[in-house]
Amino acid sequence: MAFNHYNLIDITELSRDDIMTVIHTAEAMKEVNQREIKQLPTLRGRTAVNLFTEHSTRTRSSFTLAEQRLSCSVLAVSGSSSSMTKGESLTDTIQTLNSYNIDLVVMRNSYAGSSVKVAQHTKAHVISAGEGKHVHPTQALLDLYTMWRKLGRLEGLHVGFVGDVSHSRVCGSLIPALKIMGADVTVIGPQTLLPDDPSVLGIDHVSEHLEEVLPDLDVIYTLRIQLERLETAPFPSLREYNMLYGITEERERLMRPDAVIMHPGPLNRGVEIDSYIADHPKRSLVLDQVFSGLCVRMAVIYLLMGGNDNGVVA
Amino acid sequence: MTESQVKSICMDESDVERTLTRIAHQILEVNHGANNLALVGIVTRGDVLAHELQDKIEAIEGVKVPLGSLDISFYRDDYTTYAPEVHATNIPFSINDKTIILVDDVLYTGRTIRAALDALMDLGRPARVQLAVLIDRGHRELPIHPDYVGKNVPTAENENVRLFLKATDGFTRVEILNIPKGGRPSSAPLSSSAQKASGAATTNNSARTPQSQNSTTDNQPNHQREGSTN
Repeated sequence: MAFNHYNLIDITELSRDDIMTVIHTAEAMKEVNQREIKQLPTLRGRTAVNLFTEHSTRTRSSFTLAEQRLSCSVLAVSGSSSSMTKGESLTDTIQTLNSYNIDLVVMRNSYAGSSVKVAQHTKAHVISAGEGKHVHPTQALLDLYTMWRKLGRLEGLHVGFVGDVSHSRVCGSLIPALKIMGADVTVIGPQTLLPDDPSVLGIDHVSEHLEEVLPDLDVIYTLRIQLERLETAPFPSLREYNMLYGITEERERLMRPDAVIMHPGPLNRGVEIDSYIADHPKRSLVLDQVFSGLCVRMAVIYLLMGGNDNGVVA
Repeated sequence: MTESQVKSICMDESDVERTLTRIAHQILEVNHGANNLALVGIVTRGDVLAHELQDKIEAIEGVKVPLGSLDISFYRDDYTTYAPEVHATNIPFSINDKTIILVDDVLYTGRTIRAALDALMDLGRPARVQLAVLIDRGHRELPIHPDYVGKNVPTAENENVRLFLKATDGFTRVEILNIPKGGRPSSAPLSSSAQKASGAATTNNSARTPQSQNSTTDNQPNHQREGSTN
């Protein structure tokens, strides 16, 4: 169960054992986060840079809190307020930050491959907090941890993703991660929102009819309809989407008694998920996911930054 | 890696049994009973010893004192060398104003205890903390002194002392071993099957000769865990 990774960029670099190590470590962090004194001295004297060149509220605040609770100093650099708006390249930005002898870079960027590029130019550990269209490894890990906590296992779980699979960073990392753990994955939605080649992510089944699949699922993972993408008209109207694919009170009755609902947030209530389900005390894991995010990010930072500094050198 | 050689067995099952009974009596004598006491064992064998002390105190005094387990991974001073495998801390009671008996298997450099004290203080403010260890093997690197000692075992620095317990290993014994060249002193690793059984007696020999095994994935974290900080 040794965890020999320097950076976390691509979820598929992790083995099943690695993922279980993250989950068990997150479980220890959960206990810490429920204490009166919610801080550990482990990263005292280390410096983290949160380099977010794309909008993010929950991921950034979750990482910031995770770093602070491990006693790490945190420097926030956001795209809109940094010199990158003056045309400074990512490489120059990271080299400037290197001068402060930083130890960790958490970065979100709209360009695929940017974390790999940054990792080539710094001795600091690099964690991707979402980039390009398909990368969001800590989201995948926090979702696995949430499922494991609630359902007690990952292997053999049947997880259904409903909605905009093809534009989803969550799916890009979580589906391959579920396959590593031996789960069964179905995607459900209108053709226009599903990937052309489902086998790329390792998707097992594809369906356009939610009612047919619902009774078989352990986890119903609803994806946010990205309203900013509606110009391309993937479906006629939000109302129609809700009628066909929204998780509603009526559809809840089709679910298994112990099936759960997850959603990465932010919620579009009344579109992909109705309030009845989003706030359902037994079914909804939406807030568990937020808490898991903090625990898992603390775990990942702890596991990556421990041990000898023998990683990538610029 | 070459296998650690067992030089001698310094305690067997009945020795450990009698010693724990004696420590239980001493704890009750010093504290004038079990009032306000709580036991906190350091994972991954101090917690098992603490559990046995709880049973013995109950047999003597008729009181079941609160019991918790403490993981000190986050408080260690060698995190930059090793990121040890983490076990969850589980202390299901408030330690505020209690007399905490901190329990560990082998006292060596004192660094584990230093970390454990820091970890405890983050959980509250105990009235006092006393330290109980089954084995004191010397070579302290910090000013740490135990209140209750099962046995003083003089050792050389190239030796290792390992405790095996029925609950985790299937048999109870304290062994002194030679550390192979390039090796580090470490406590006996928990075999994964024994971990799952957690408390049930298992006869898994894999815990006895970790260095000879190829399954590094199972053994590594525990092998790393104790390191220089026993």
